Amino acid sequence: MHIDKDLVAASATPLVLAILGEGDSYGYAILKRIRELSGGHLSWTDGMLYPLLHRLERQGLVTASWDTVEGRKRKHYALTAAGGDALAERRQQWQVVAEALDRVWRDVVPPATAGGMA
Amino acid sequence: MGATTDARVDEWRRYVQRRAAIAASDVDEMEAHLRDQVDDLVAVGLDEDEAFLVAVKRLGNVDALSQEFAREHADRLWKQHVASSPADGERAPEFGVVLLLGVLAALAVRVGIAVLSDQTVVGNAPLLVLPFLGGYFAWKRRVSVTVALTGLVAVAALAVVLNAYPFDGFKGTHVLALVHAPVLLWCLVGVAYGGGRWRSRRRRMDFVRFTGEWVIYYALLALGGMALTGLTAAAFVALGLEPDAALAEWIVPMGAAGAVLVAAWLVEAKQSIIENMAPVLTRVFTPLTVVLLVALFVGLVGGGDLSAVDRQLLMVMDLVLVLVVGLVLYAVSARDPLAPPGWFDRLQLLLVVCALAVDAVVLVAMVVRIADAGLTANKVAALGLNLVLLVNLLRSLQLSTAFVRGRRPFDALERWQTGYLPVYAAWAAVVVIALPPLFHWA
Repeated sequence: MHIDKDLVAASATPLVLAILGEGDSYGYAILKRIRELSGGHLSWTDGMLYPLLHRLERQGLVTASWDTVEGRKRKHYALTAAGGDALAERRQQWQVVAEALDRVWRDVVPPATAGGMA
Repeated sequence: MGATTDARVDEWRRYVQRRAAIAASDVDEMEAHLRDQVDDLVAVGLDEDEAFLVAVKRLGNVDALSQEFAREHADRLWKQHVASSPADGERAPEFGVVLLLGVLAALAVRVGIAVLSDQTVVGNAPLLVLPFLGGYFAWKRRVSVTVALTGLVAVAALAVVLNAYPFDGFKGTHVLALVHAPVLLWCLVGVAYGGGRWRSRRRRMDFVRFTGEWVIYYALLALGGMALTGLTAAAFVALGLEPDAALAEWIVPMGAAGAVLVAAWLVEAKQSIIENMAPVLTRVFTPLTVVLLVALFVGLVGGGDLSAVDRQLLMVMDLVLVLVVGLVLYAVSARDPLAPPGWFDRLQLLLVVCALAVDAVVLVAMVVRIADAGLTANKVAALGLNLVLLVNLLRSLQLSTAFVRGRRPFDALERWQTGYLPVYAAWAAVVVIALPPLFHWA
């Protein structure tokens, strides 16, 4: 399934914030988690995650620190208090969108299922 | 991981690092990503070569990536945002346009000297020259017709106000208006510089950077020009010819006008922030200014006669505050917003505290004097500018303190500074437009 570019872009920030809400992480692990959560449907060009993380860092929503694991230098990111607030706010916004979509779709029978049931 | 992969990673690093927008630390971060990805792919059965190719491909096209980094790290490549010109094959070469506009600006000044009085030419010089600079950016950024027309109307309105107001001679509110008008004109240049998108924080900051570099280039051009005209004059005098009139009425004013455009073009032609001079000067002069302020404070409180504090001291204090706000602004313009607070941030905090302390003393003395002697246009202008700068510094103090203590990101200070820029324009507009009628053109 192909997911529209705008939708991927819109969901990127809340997803990254939410994953960091689960615990500190780093770029590659965040991308793996996104693939896992979306069953592989939601993925973008890997490199694009980094400017996004840097933006969140500049806005003070996450903090970053370097450490070396088995000779590999990694930049770890952690959610700040402000990041937690931003996450809560995004979550509410997305919930409104999701509920609205849910309600309108409940009444419309999906075409594929309709064909199978009839 | 094999030696071939290491070699390939090194090659990839060199290739990516050539992009000015991608810093070495970003490449480090992505290298870790690349290696993690290769490990995972090898674990599911790919050989190292294949794994490396897939990992690099997943990381994305380096050009697109570099653009994305440039968008986030504007400070690394500030010019790129405003100068985003696609293929402009059929456009006139930029230097030709600059040359033409420079010559036109010089001619405008020359015609002004020929037809207007000396005082009027000096007062109107920015009006004669800066519209050409605005025109250069309007052309370069391809601003919309609406923006261009609005700019022209604003310039015309300013010209009318400066020259048609019934000022009572070349003093008082007239001089105030003439001194503040260039600020408004410069803001209009800024609108053209940002391609008409004056609300964008990023473009405002780019214009601040441009302004700093422009001042430095202009000063250098002026120095060179002075040396050259001095030599020429000396040679002519040695020949027994009198070059004064030619210098005063032709060469110096026309050269000064043309240099405005040439300096702008030189700044535009530069590549990256690494070459910027204004932030370097900021670092040099911030500690020196702290020393100056401490000396001033000691002088004011210890030796100075505060009852003798007059408007002149307030004006000097205004200039000191302009310097301090400028130092803060230029430090902000070049700072990596992600870097943790360092000694320079603390020094800057000290600078702001010192400036506020000195200003408090001067302000108190001034308010007492005004209560005794009443308000004049000059006092209102000096006091108003003082308050405008004071508000900026007070909030900057609050935000930098929060940043140094790790309570707020640096971004907040940058946001405040760029957001405050229109206030300067608004205050200048008040002095130019409202103050003269309020004080009956005295």
